[in-house]
Amino acid sequence: MNAGAPLLELEGVSKRFGPVQALDQVDFTVGAGEVVGLVGDNGAGKSTLVKTIAGIHGADAGRIRFRGEQVSISGPQDATGLGIATVYQDLSLCDNLDVVANLFLGRERVAPGPGQVSRQLDEAGMEHETGELLSNLAVTIPSLRSEVGTLSGGQRQQVAVARSLLGEPRVVLLDEPTAALGVAQTAQVLNLIRRLRERELGVVVISHNLVDVFEVADRIVVLRLGRNAGEFDAQATTEEHVVSAITGAGSEGEERNGGGTGEGR
Amino acid sequence: MSDAATATAAPEARRADRRDTLRRLVQGDLASLRVVIGLALIWAIFQFQNDRFLSAENLTNLMLQITGIALISIGVVFVLLLGEIDLSVGAVSGLAAAVMAVLNVKHGWSPYLAIVAAVLVGIAIGLLQGWLFSRFGVPSFVVTLAGLLAWQGALLQVLGSTGSINLTDPKITGLANTFYSGATAWIFAALVIAVCGAVLFLGHRRRVSAGLDAEGQAGLVIRFALVATVTIVAVAVLDSDRGVPLALLILVAFVVGMEYVARRTAFGRHVFAVGGSAEAARRAGIAIDRVRVVVFGIAGAMAAIGGIMIASRLLAVNQGSGGSELLLLAIAGPVIAGTSLFGGRGSVWTALLGALVIGSISNGMDLLALSSAVKFMVTGGVLLLAVIVDAIARQQRQASGRV
Repeated sequence: MNAGAPLLELEGVSKRFGPVQALDQVDFTVGAGEVVGLVGDNGAGKSTLVKTIAGIHGADAGRIRFRGEQVSISGPQDATGLGIATVYQDLSLCDNLDVVANLFLGRERVAPGPGQVSRQLDEAGMEHETGELLSNLAVTIPSLRSEVGTLSGGQRQQVAVARSLLGEPRVVLLDEPTAALGVAQTAQVLNLIRRLRERELGVVVISHNLVDVFEVADRIVVLRLGRNAGEFDAQATTEEHVVSAITGAGSEGEERNGGGTGEGR
Repeated sequence: MSDAATATAAPEARRADRRDTLRRLVQGDLASLRVVIGLALIWAIFQFQNDRFLSAENLTNLMLQITGIALISIGVVFVLLLGEIDLSVGAVSGLAAAVMAVLNVKHGWSPYLAIVAAVLVGIAIGLLQGWLFSRFGVPSFVVTLAGLLAWQGALLQVLGSTGSINLTDPKITGLANTFYSGATAWIFAALVIAVCGAVLFLGHRRRVSAGLDAEGQAGLVIRFALVATVTIVAVAVLDSDRGVPLALLILVAFVVGMEYVARRTAFGRHVFAVGGSAEAARRAGIAIDRVRVVVFGIAGAMAAIGGIMIASRLLAVNQGSGGSELLLLAIAGPVIAGTSLFGGRGSVWTALLGALVIGSISNGMDLLALSSAVKFMVTGGVLLLAVIVDAIARQQRQASGRV
């Protein structure tokens, strides 16, 4: 494991929706400068786990520690306040606004002066900062003033990821960042994820695409039917092992012992 | 960005910008230019048919005719930007005018207080409708349709048995019947040109000092020259008749002020965001319900102000105030001039531009002594054309993978 001390640790987290046990005693950690791939079949609990971390669902049971301290995340504001940013699958960008406006949406800079409502947006300042952030991330966009709707899927995904970085988060959760992208665009997004790792962020990538996960992740966590079903060092395992953990082929005990690091167990 | 990177990226970005501009023109983001051309065409046709059309007297009349409706349309633009619709603005304008008339004429309130009370009524109605819409998730179409009926009833109630009130207070009738000519008019013109110049050049300097690609000097000068020419020509024409109408100054002040709110403030940005994608706006932490309620409040306020202006011009409020085609024209104007019915695209200028188009058609056909039957059908045709253009622009955006 190349990561230092874990940034975010979940221990025994459970979540029930009526009769459905969506998460059952799940353990999960991500460290600074580490990319963790979170994989599993449909209904395995990936999205529920991410939503629990992002504060959209409260957990029924279990402990969450952030930088070693126990915290409670009961709403999206709590997660944002801690420095956990989430980039959702459906991007949540406004297509009719340009790149700068989208990046600063909901946290616009206003010029100094009297009057809270009537103050002018600091467009020049926001555009300057956008340009710097995107060039630091080596994201290339034809023009910062293009409407986001005119960008390619890969560029939009990169804008969405860049936006999550404006709040200076420590952990970034990416929900299916490469879904519906072409080969070249996927490569761009995966490169961006690597640069997040270089910035010492903890990155969680949820994906159905094992090729992409292997490409970018340091560690792979498998969920199955709401439980931990294996944890693998991406360098030391094969796709086959991960797939059998996802599908539950072979006995559960074997997977747990056979897989990766046994961390948090 | 490093200097070397900027140097290589800049021409490319500029070329992309130019392509962007071209595509916007085609796909409707620069619809105002299209509308200006259309307006010039309409003026040319009417002038050809009747050479009184472009006379100073008739153009002054045209300005007075469109002021009320354009003021109402400003509020409608905000509602359209949200992707919603407000069908009550006509009825609200009539009710607010009636409230002002009753308070001033029957109860002897000062004209200023009566006007303020009328605007407050408009704001309160708008906020109520906005709250009902966002709180209960009832479509705005239905909430404001109910409002249309209810406020028409309230208008009859407020007017009482007389059914008509004549306005005599010089402060109120002066709103639409005051003109500034000679030196005063030219001082206004100089003021407009100076402010416009300052805004353009200060904005340019701020971008340059922040190290951003700024639009070339030529574009800046052209834009400034355009505004200056339009202002000087307009003042010269109006001055040769009665002078610059106070009503027009009020309208321009509201257009500029509300355009500032829409384009340059965080609130305006949030209106566009909610209209573009309400879900994305919500996730970005924008209080979308508050934005919606405030926007309907603005629509109510502008409807009241427009109603007051119309009453001032007609010197009376009666049971028909705010009725007939006023509502539909107030919505049609901005749409004709390029504000999308689907939300998230448009500008406050389209309220003025659209009212000019509709007002010109109506005024021109009056000069030609055409019947109401023809007027309605032609205006309907123009609206239909504009909506089709809007829909085509939207389809093209979708076809090129941009929803």
